[in-house]
Amino acid sequence: MIPKERPFIEPDKFHDLEGVQKMLASCIQCGTCSGSCPNAFAMDVTPRTLWRMVLTGQKEAIFQTRTFILCSSCYSCTLRCPRGLPLTEAMSALKQIASREGLAPYKASTRFYKSFLDSVRRHGKVREGEMMTLYFLSMKNPLLPLQFAPLGLRLMLKGKVGAPFPTRGKRPLESLFNKVMQLENNP
Amino acid sequence: MKYFYYPGCSLEGTAREYSLATTALLAALGGSIEELPDWNCCGATAAEAVSRLLCLALPARNLALAEKAAPGQDILVPCSACYLNMRRAWDKVCHDPATRRQINQTLEEEGLSVSGSTKVRHLLDVLCLDFGADSVFKKLKRSLAGLVVAPYYGCQCLRPYPVFDDPEAPSCMEPLIRATGAKVHPWSMGAVCCGASHGTTKKEVGLALVGEILDDARGADVIVTVCPMCQMNLEAHQKKISKQRGRDLSISILYLPQLLGMALGLPEKDLGLNLNLGIAPGFMEKLRSPLIKQQENKADAA
Repeated sequence: MIPKERPFIEPDKFHDLEGVQKMLASCIQCGTCSGSCPNAFAMDVTPRTLWRMVLTGQKEAIFQTRTFILCSSCYSCTLRCPRGLPLTEAMSALKQIASREGLAPYKASTRFYKSFLDSVRRHGKVREGEMMTLYFLSMKNPLLPLQFAPLGLRLMLKGKVGAPFPTRGKRPLESLFNKVMQLENNP
Repeated sequence: MKYFYYPGCSLEGTAREYSLATTALLAALGGSIEELPDWNCCGATAAEAVSRLLCLALPARNLALAEKAAPGQDILVPCSACYLNMRRAWDKVCHDPATRRQINQTLEEEGLSVSGSTKVRHLLDVLCLDFGADSVFKKLKRSLAGLVVAPYYGCQCLRPYPVFDDPEAPSCMEPLIRATGAKVHPWSMGAVCCGASHGTTKKEVGLALVGEILDDARGADVIVTVCPMCQMNLEAHQKKISKQRGRDLSISILYLPQLLGMALGLPEKDLGLNLNLGIAPGFMEKLRSPLIKQQENKADAA
């Protein structure tokens, strides 16, 4: 189920940000992260600035940047941070808030994550064709599949992706998914 | 040497040739693998973007299955994203008791639990450290002299856990490549990110990153990869990137075990070489040509 998307995060939904602030508490603003980031060229705010925004609690502003959603988890910053901070994990924690709250600016990514996990939940493994169909359906943009059609066709001709129709599946990981949700909602 | 084999989802779909080549190569080198029974998706990069606990519980279930089936037997993982997820779950299980308790609660209902007794190994780690370039050289059936190979490591097989090589300037593929007679392409993009899932959700950014890699690979005949995500990003959009950059950047992209398998004389079908998306014109002839051996001899004589 895709939660209803909201343009901005609601004031009472910021409890997760405290965890991110703890991760970054000893940041010295040296900028090694920004200099190491392969995606910095496409970001509106550099990673270094984003950490400052997190530490000073600029909640609304954080969730209007493209920065954390552009993190491709290459771990260059994590490896080079002179303070040894878990920076990639901090980016993920911000993605988790955006996913959980269904924030509208990030829907192209968060709906992809959800479609992926939906397929995993159905079958225990992701079925790539099904995942892409679920993604297209969730984006409700009839032109989107066309962008992927040439590659999809090449993959189908090679026999690499199965039928793209979503199927119900045996849901072998149901107990694991349920328990994760229960533990995260009532820690 | 015996391993549990964890193919991961991509290797059953878009990266089938990686699985074929990996199993064929390990068999030829004398390794023994057994697919991990009932394995599940590791969560890829999607789970970590949705839930911290889910991104640990999914891979931990696989660790628990391996511990139950044969304690102490390493799990071999060819996909770098799967490897990182499983390695991270193992790390948390070993070093973070509170998280281990939570993880075990998610596995309880299935009667599983995880203690950290099983090690997670990347295919590249196993090829370099357990087998080594010598074992390839000793079984060489076809010299790949004349080929220039660009080794592409990507990110997640060495970052954030630099277990078997330098994560800033990795070089462990080079002895394996040289053992086949091929030359190593000197470049600086071997450990720079391909954009991962940006290829799907933020295409313009993904294409820019891949473009830089393809640009630096000019002069090489082939890029070899050890991750299905890197492979897809490097091979799938070459035409578009060439058009954007106004120069022909098409280049063959192979999985490392496909290249090594050719050098060991394994049948092309067993290596899935008909399944790759990015094979440049004339490359297969170069890879197959028995003349390669003679050229090398001539070069040696000269």
